[in-house]
Amino acid sequence: MSGRLRNQVGQLARRSVLRTLRQPGQIVPALIFPLFLLAVNSGGLKDATNLPGFPTDSYLTFALAVPFMQGALFSVMNAGTDLARDIETGFLNRLALTPLRGAALLSGLLAGAIVLGLVQAVTYLAVGLIAGADLAAGAGGALVIVLLAVSTTVAFGTLGLFAALRTGNGEAVQSLFPVFFVFLFISSMALPLDLIQTQWFHDIASANPVSYLLQAYRSLLIEGWNLGDLALGFAIATTIGAIGMWAAAGALKTRLVRT
Amino acid sequence: MTNESPERAGIEAEGLVREFKNGPRAVDEIDLRVQPGEIYGFLGPNGAGKSTTVLMLTTLLPPTAGTARVAGFDITSEGGRVRGAIGAALQEAALDPLLSGREHMRLQTALHGLPTAERDERSAELLARVGLSEAADRRVGGYSGGMKRRLDLALALAHRPSILFLDEPTTGLDIQSRTALWDEVTGLAKEGVTVFLTTQYLEEADALADRVGIIDHGKIVAEGTPAELKAEIGRPTVEAVPRDPADQAGAAEALRPFGERCDPTRRGGLSVRLDGGESQLADVVRALDAAGIAVEQLQLHQPSLDDVFLAKTGRSLEGAGDAPESGEPGSEEMEAVGAP
Repeated sequence: MSGRLRNQVGQLARRSVLRTLRQPGQIVPALIFPLFLLAVNSGGLKDATNLPGFPTDSYLTFALAVPFMQGALFSVMNAGTDLARDIETGFLNRLALTPLRGAALLSGLLAGAIVLGLVQAVTYLAVGLIAGADLAAGAGGALVIVLLAVSTTVAFGTLGLFAALRTGNGEAVQSLFPVFFVFLFISSMALPLDLIQTQWFHDIASANPVSYLLQAYRSLLIEGWNLGDLALGFAIATTIGAIGMWAAAGALKTRLVRT
Repeated sequence: MTNESPERAGIEAEGLVREFKNGPRAVDEIDLRVQPGEIYGFLGPNGAGKSTTVLMLTTLLPPTAGTARVAGFDITSEGGRVRGAIGAALQEAALDPLLSGREHMRLQTALHGLPTAERDERSAELLARVGLSEAADRRVGGYSGGMKRRLDLALALAHRPSILFLDEPTTGLDIQSRTALWDEVTGLAKEGVTVFLTTQYLEEADALADRVGIIDHGKIVAEGTPAELKAEIGRPTVEAVPRDPADQAGAAEALRPFGERCDPTRRGGLSVRLDGGESQLADVVRALDAAGIAVEQLQLHQPSLDDVFLAKTGRSLEGAGDAPESGEPGSEEMEAVGAP
């Protein structure tokens, strides 16, 4: 990365982080809502651990993977809404009048998502462990969970950037949030894949990459070190991020028609 | 077109066109020539094509046809070099409400590649120049409209551009903020910065611009110094508003000898272009008095840019009456003259 590009990314990252930290309305719901659902699910579905083959006797430990995914979905909305606001207010035009490179803009904008992902991951993990969840992979596993959470948050954040650049409208970006949530509900969120008895649901959940992201978290929480599950989780996050970044770069090119 | 050094080159455009899908030509083959160090006022009503022209000249919108060079660089093939030479404050002050004024300056100077050691100094200098030193560390969300515009101007100047584009910089501002901004623009021009200023305020173009281009429906309909344009119209007009609307016909008859009748005025009065100039005003008063017409208002209007617009397009400049807190330039008003 050239010095100039690094400087541009750094400046925009700084702005993105400041923006994120100065909007408690972005951070608080992304922390409270997933933890609230965790409390409800781990209390209401704990009998599921009695099913033959359920991987743990603590539904809290099983369900703790879900907040990390929900938090990542919030980054779609937050990163996208921030960029859409820049488009609506003309701030993007201001940036376009500088020698700013498109890659710097997109990378810088994701810095806020990284910070948010970090805060979310540490909070979910801490609250989960305090509430009695297991962490089979130990302290090292905690670090990997945080790393995976940040990767997933950034990956989903790129989809928010793409949506913002395509629509240029904050409300349109926010309307995507429920759509992304559907992907969570049609995954192995509530039960392991091999215990889902309804065939159509099992098929959809098996094809849903979110199930494998959840499994990566669960492997660390429940089993310890399962490199296959971890590699698959990171690969999926990287693939989503790469596709999102590629699509966002294309949309940025269309949006910024500067000569 | 000429190839001058960026410091000495202004703006040149030939046959510039912008068409939007399923719409009329927003800009229709305009030619422009703005000299270095000049303040060029681009005057026209809403939707005339002013902002579209600015977007093309600042490289943010490719032209459909035509060519233009800004600071000596072609806007379509040398966009990056154009952007390096210009500063722009576009129609809305595009600021981040969550950042402070100083944080905006820091971002802008850094993105323009100013050396790290220079950034803080340049930021402080510009914030002081636009009178925002004290508010520099407050978030922009709490700034007034005038403060936002001044910060916008400071940001546009961050990298010492030789050409400055200001798209309706004073729209919506109070008179104090407008005057402060005008002073700043005049000061910049004295320092050699070329200023391309769009406005829908006649007063602004009249007060600031060395030359004015009047645009309507995407075409430049008149161009010259404000004095030259007004001289084309030449004669002043007198406007009389009878106290009793039933006296309209009588007033028209009384004013007929003084010159050709203009369109009805906004106040519902009669307007006549005085063949003999302003020295006929006393005769006009006497004629109305002799005809027994009680007059609510009598105004003498020196030719204004609105008259120029009227003469060139057949209609008054939309929004001319919206210019806040000040009257139209060159008008002298007399209240309730004539018979009681």
